[in-house]
Amino acid sequence: MTQVNVFTSEPVPCHSFSPDRSKVAISPNNNEVHIFKKDNSKWLQETVLSQHDLRVTSIDWAQKTNKIVSCSADKNAYVWSLDNGVWKPTLVILRIHRAATVVRWSPNADKFAVGSGDRTISVCFFEEANDWWICKHIKKPIKSTVTCLDWHHNNILLACGSTDYRARIFSAYVKEVDSANPEPSEWSSKPTASTGNLIGEWTTGGGGWVHGVAFSPDGSKLAWVSHDSSISVVDAKKNQAFITVKTPDLPYLTLIWSSNRFIIAAGHDCCPMLYKYDENSGKLECLEKLDKSTKKETDGFSAMRKFRELDKFAISLNDNSSSDSISDTIHQNSIREIRAHSLSKSGGVDRISTVGLDGKMVFWDTSRYV
Amino acid sequence: MSATLRPYLAAVRKTLEAAFCLTDFNSQVVERHNKPEVEVRGNKELLLNPVVISRNDKERVLIESSINSVRISIAVKQADDIERILVHKFTRFLMMRADKFVILRRKPVSLSDTRSTILDEKTNPQQQPPTGYDISFLVTNIHTEYMNRFKIIDFIIHFMEEIDKEINEMKLAINARARITAEEFLKRF
Repeated sequence: MTQVNVFTSEPVPCHSFSPDRSKVAISPNNNEVHIFKKDNSKWLQETVLSQHDLRVTSIDWAQKTNKIVSCSADKNAYVWSLDNGVWKPTLVILRIHRAATVVRWSPNADKFAVGSGDRTISVCFFEEANDWWICKHIKKPIKSTVTCLDWHHNNILLACGSTDYRARIFSAYVKEVDSANPEPSEWSSKPTASTGNLIGEWTTGGGGWVHGVAFSPDGSKLAWVSHDSSISVVDAKKNQAFITVKTPDLPYLTLIWSSNRFIIAAGHDCCPMLYKYDENSGKLECLEKLDKSTKKETDGFSAMRKFRELDKFAISLNDNSSSDSISDTIHQNSIREIRAHSLSKSGGVDRISTVGLDGKMVFWDTSRYV
Repeated sequence: MSATLRPYLAAVRKTLEAAFCLTDFNSQVVERHNKPEVEVRGNKELLLNPVVISRNDKERVLIESSINSVRISIAVKQADDIERILVHKFTRFLMMRADKFVILRRKPVSLSDTRSTILDEKTNPQQQPPTGYDISFLVTNIHTEYMNRFKIIDFIIHFMEEIDKEINEMKLAINARARITAEEFLKRF
């Protein structure tokens, strides 16, 4: 079942859950991070973290260490740790000169990556001696703003998408944190023990800014969505062959693998879509819409109104994207981020949450697609 | 609605629906700035190809999109001098009040700052440059965040329809008035 939560009327560009799922950190599209605590069926505001100057662009809550990292358009990132019930910020030295756009903890939560408009990724780790977070840069060959990041479960590989139309995989190895001899992954036979080593680079060929990247749970596949309304999967087991599907929908902004076979993508169409990737044949196809809500007719003059609108707004009869079709969906504006809410025993995602520019957070049941 | 108007407006609507897929984007040229990329044109990779949809040589729409903003310029039908004057006065009236009219641009887009015309002039140096646009809208991601973007599209389509009607009515009113004035004047002789 879907469950709708409304926090604010402001757009919510990003959100992240606490390890026990009782709390959620969101940003109401300004310089603050709000933490909400679940109380029975309601979400109550618990804390406001206000250290940033400008709009917070991304939040990530570490599942293993219960720390929050937030980054903002003011070029800074802060790591928040809970100390006697109070969230204490620690500054991160990012060494970037443009807005930070996206931040993600690595699976082991001993480092995190920050994408920025400075055409760099900063891979940050904690330096005990100075009691702050410092970083290493990945610069080449990124030519434009980094829009999205995702970590491979081996804690080394990092996927990124950027507005130079490309999705890339880098090695985000940091010798201060990681073991001296990392195990080789399915993506690269070469040793990955150097920061910023480019493992792979893909583009759909068209002029589509990459809006979202995601590794599959087993780490052998990478999917990304881009602004040319396409969704692509590259499979390491198939000699890194990649497949692209152009969709008739508006571009997607974010995606998640609910298992090794199913992808859920959502974006400007306000409705999450389910895609299936077949490992054997290497085919990618759209299965269905997750949003099954239908339009409710409020007045009795629907036919009359329909024909009047046909004339008034130049809508054609078989047009699904007419002015009032947007009210069919649960989200009323673009979906910006999908997160896994709960995992099943097999490692798939049972429940996802989406946030959008309409200020809603919606839970969707995906246990059928595991 | 006339037979050619509907496909024209339908084409504009479809193009706008695709162009209105905007996201928040901080400038990668100037730090701590967030500006409409379609206006600053700092980075080529952030701009999409501009689209011109024309019904005939007088009426056309230019849609320029970028990652966080769209510019829509409309050339209104001007068949004769009276219509030209009326359109000029009417759009000027609106544009002087652009501050209150959230998505309106203070000036129509001039041809020199659009990429398409630069290409046109390069390929056809002999061709006369087309006349400019009468009124421009600038929609940014901030507008699509707090307004329903499908309603903005509805408004623009509605505006395109209404402005023709409005100009026609004003022209008829002027002609009627001129006729009455002329009759009154000629009665004396």
